[in-house]
Amino acid sequence: MKFDIYDLSSFTSSIDEALMSSMSPFWAVTIEMILIGVAILAFYAVVGLYLVYAERKICAFMQCRVGPNRVGPYGFFQTIADLIKLLLKELIPIKNADKLLFNIAPFIVIIASFMAIAAIPFAKGLHALDFNIGVFYVIAVSSMGVIGILIAGWSSNNKYSLIGAMRSGAQIVSYELSVGLSLITIVILAGSLQFSTIVEAQRGGWFLFTGHIPAIIAFLVFLVASTAETNRGPFDLAEAESELTAGFHTEYSGIKFAFFFLAEYMNMFIVASIAATVFLGGWMPLHVGGWEMFNNIMDFISPFFLYACKTSFVIFIIILFKWTFPRLRIDQLLTLEWKYLLPINLFNIILMAFIVLKGWHF
Amino acid sequence: MTEEIITPLVEEKEFTINMGPQHPSTHGVLRLMLKLQGEMVKEVRPQLGYIHRGIEKMTEKLTYQQIIHLTDRLDYLSAHILNEAVCLAVENALEVEVPPRIKYIRTIMDELNRIASHQLWWCAFGMDLGALTTFFYGLRDREKILDIFEESCGARLLLSYNVPGGLMNDIHPNFQKRTKEFIKYFRKKLPEYDQLLTGNPIMQARTQGIGFLSKEDAIAFGVTGPSGRASGFSCDVRVHEPYSAYPFAKFKEVLYEEGDTFHRYKARIAEMWESMLIIEQLIDNIPDGDFAVKMKPVIKLPEGEYYQRVEAVRGEFGVYIVSDGNKNPFRMKFRSPNFSNLAALHQMSKDQKIADLVAISGSLDFVVPDMDR
Repeated sequence: MKFDIYDLSSFTSSIDEALMSSMSPFWAVTIEMILIGVAILAFYAVVGLYLVYAERKICAFMQCRVGPNRVGPYGFFQTIADLIKLLLKELIPIKNADKLLFNIAPFIVIIASFMAIAAIPFAKGLHALDFNIGVFYVIAVSSMGVIGILIAGWSSNNKYSLIGAMRSGAQIVSYELSVGLSLITIVILAGSLQFSTIVEAQRGGWFLFTGHIPAIIAFLVFLVASTAETNRGPFDLAEAESELTAGFHTEYSGIKFAFFFLAEYMNMFIVASIAATVFLGGWMPLHVGGWEMFNNIMDFISPFFLYACKTSFVIFIIILFKWTFPRLRIDQLLTLEWKYLLPINLFNIILMAFIVLKGWHF
Repeated sequence: MTEEIITPLVEEKEFTINMGPQHPSTHGVLRLMLKLQGEMVKEVRPQLGYIHRGIEKMTEKLTYQQIIHLTDRLDYLSAHILNEAVCLAVENALEVEVPPRIKYIRTIMDELNRIASHQLWWCAFGMDLGALTTFFYGLRDREKILDIFEESCGARLLLSYNVPGGLMNDIHPNFQKRTKEFIKYFRKKLPEYDQLLTGNPIMQARTQGIGFLSKEDAIAFGVTGPSGRASGFSCDVRVHEPYSAYPFAKFKEVLYEEGDTFHRYKARIAEMWESMLIIEQLIDNIPDGDFAVKMKPVIKLPEGEYYQRVEAVRGEFGVYIVSDGNKNPFRMKFRSPNFSNLAALHQMSKDQKIADLVAISGSLDFVVPDMDR
C-alpha cells in the first residue's frame, strides 16, 4: 500500500518494544502512560488555544471586524496572553458554596473531555486507545461532563447557576440519545465499534457517500445533536448569556473558569473529530473507485493533515452555527430532540439496517 | 383519631430571583424581581431607583436653555426628539413661530435619530435572543448616522442641537449630500437585517405568539410607540397631532393587530422604512432662511401651564411645564414612554419562560434612564 510511508504504527510499536526489552513490563507500561499523558496534555492545550483563536477570527470575519490583531502577528498569541492572565487571576472563594464540589466540578468536566481524546485515531497508528468498543467508550466518557456541569451549578449557591445546570442536564441527557443513535447507524454499516476498523472500512469511499441516504441523515442529525451536546450556540442554554448571565460557571473565576472554557472548545474538537472519523473517513484519503491515478495522488497526502482538514471543516460548521442563529428556548430544544430528531433517528437506523441487509450500499 | 396529613412528593415552590440591576439583558440598571416556578415566570416586579438623578427637581433651578441639556440624559437614544419637545413647549408658550427651514431640519434630524435608535434596538434585540452577529451589523450602519450628526452639531449621541427658537448652528454644507447617501446605502442594508434575523425559524419560534398585549391593555397601561402600535393602538403623535415639518411629509402609521413580540419587532423594522420615506421627501426641499429666531437671552414664560407632546422613538414623550413667570419653571414633569411601557411587562410575561421575558423586554426596547429620571 502506498501510504505505508505515513504508517506510524511501526514507530509507536518500536518504542513499545524498546521499553519492554530494557525494563520490566510494569515500568514499561508506566512510562508509556506518562509519555501518552504528557503528549495528550500538550496537544490538548495547543488545540484548545488554537480553537479559541480560530473562533475569534471567524466570528470577527462574520461581524465585519478584524478580531485579535495586537499580540503577535495577526494576534496569534492573543489566546496565550489570555491564558496567562487567567492563570494569574485570583480564585474568588464563594461564601456558602459547597467547597469540595465547587472545586471538583471543573476537573470532572475537563477529565471527561481528556478521556474522550484518548480513543480518537489521529492517523494510522496514532491513537492512545484502540479497542473493540471505541465508539461506545467515547459516548460513555463524553457524557460524564454533564455531571461536572450539574455539580458546578449546584455547588455555586447561585440561582442563575442552578437554572443553567438544570437546563444543561435536561439538554445533554436528551441529545446524547441522538448522538449515540446516529453513530450506531454508521456502526451498523461498518459492522464494528472499533475506530480503526471503521476508518479502514472507508478505504473505498467515505461513509457519508457510500452509506446512501441514511448516512447523510445520520451526519446531519449528528451535527445538530453534537452541537447541542457541547453546549454551544444556538443550544447554549446552560450559559445563555442574555438570560442567566453566564449560567453554570457564573461564580467561577481564573483558571477554574478557564477549565470550563477549554473543555467547551475541546468537546467541540472531540465531536468534530468523531464526525470526521465516522462520516468523513478519518485519516483515510478520499478514494474514488476506478480512478487509479487520483487515488495514488491522494495517498501521498499525509493522513494526519487530511484528518486535521476534515476536523477543521466540521469545527468551522459548528462555529458558523453559533454566530448565525438565535438561541432556542428550553422547551423548543427538548421538542426538537424528542419529537423530531429521535423519531428520525430510529427510522434511520431501521432504514440503514435494511440497506445493509440487502447490500444496497456502495 | 389521627389526622392524615398528605404532603405532595415534590412541593412546587416559587422562588424569587433578582434580575438586575447588573444583568446583561436589562439594558441598564433596571432591577426586575422575578417569582419563578422552575423556568416559568409567575410575577415580574420592576424595582426602580438605581439611576434616579432627580432631573425633574433639577429643572426648577435651571433656565430653559439649560434644561435642554438635561433632556438628553433621559432617553439618550432619542436625544434630539426630547430636546425638541422642550423647545416646542417653550416656543408655543411664547407664541414664537419658527421658520420652515428650522422645522425641516428638526424633522430630518428626528427621523435620523429614530433610525439610529431602532438600529441599536435591533442590535440589542438580537443579542437578547442569542444571535450575537446582529450587534455588529446594526452598529456598522448606525455609525454613518452618528457621523452625520457629528458633522452638523458636533455631538454624536447627546445632540442638544435644538435651542428655544431654532437650532444651535446651521447644518453642515455636506448634510444633504451625506444624508441622501446614507438613505441610498441603508435601503440596501435594511433587507440584510431581515435576511439575518427576521426570517430565521428559531427567531420566529421565539417571538411569534409570545408576550401578547391586547389593544385594551395597551391603552390601559399607556403603552405607546411601536410597542403600542403593534397591538393596534393608533397613537402616533406625528399623525394625530403633527408638529414641525411632519404635516409636509406623507407617511403611514405602522399598525399591526397581533400585539406579540414578533409584531413589535416588525413594527420597528417598518418604522425604519417609513422614516427613510419621510427623510427622502424633506431632504431636497429644505427652504432657505435663518437657522434660529432671535430670542431674548433670558427666557421667561408667561404664568400658566403648558404641555407639549412629541413622538419619541419608544413612544409618546410629553413635557408639562408650570410657570410662575420666572426664568425657571415652577414645576416640570416629563411623561416618559419607557415608564408606561415597563408597567405592562408583568401582564405580558406572566406564565411565560425566562427566555421569553428577555425577548419581551427586548421587544419593548427599554432605556432605563428614561424610566427613572
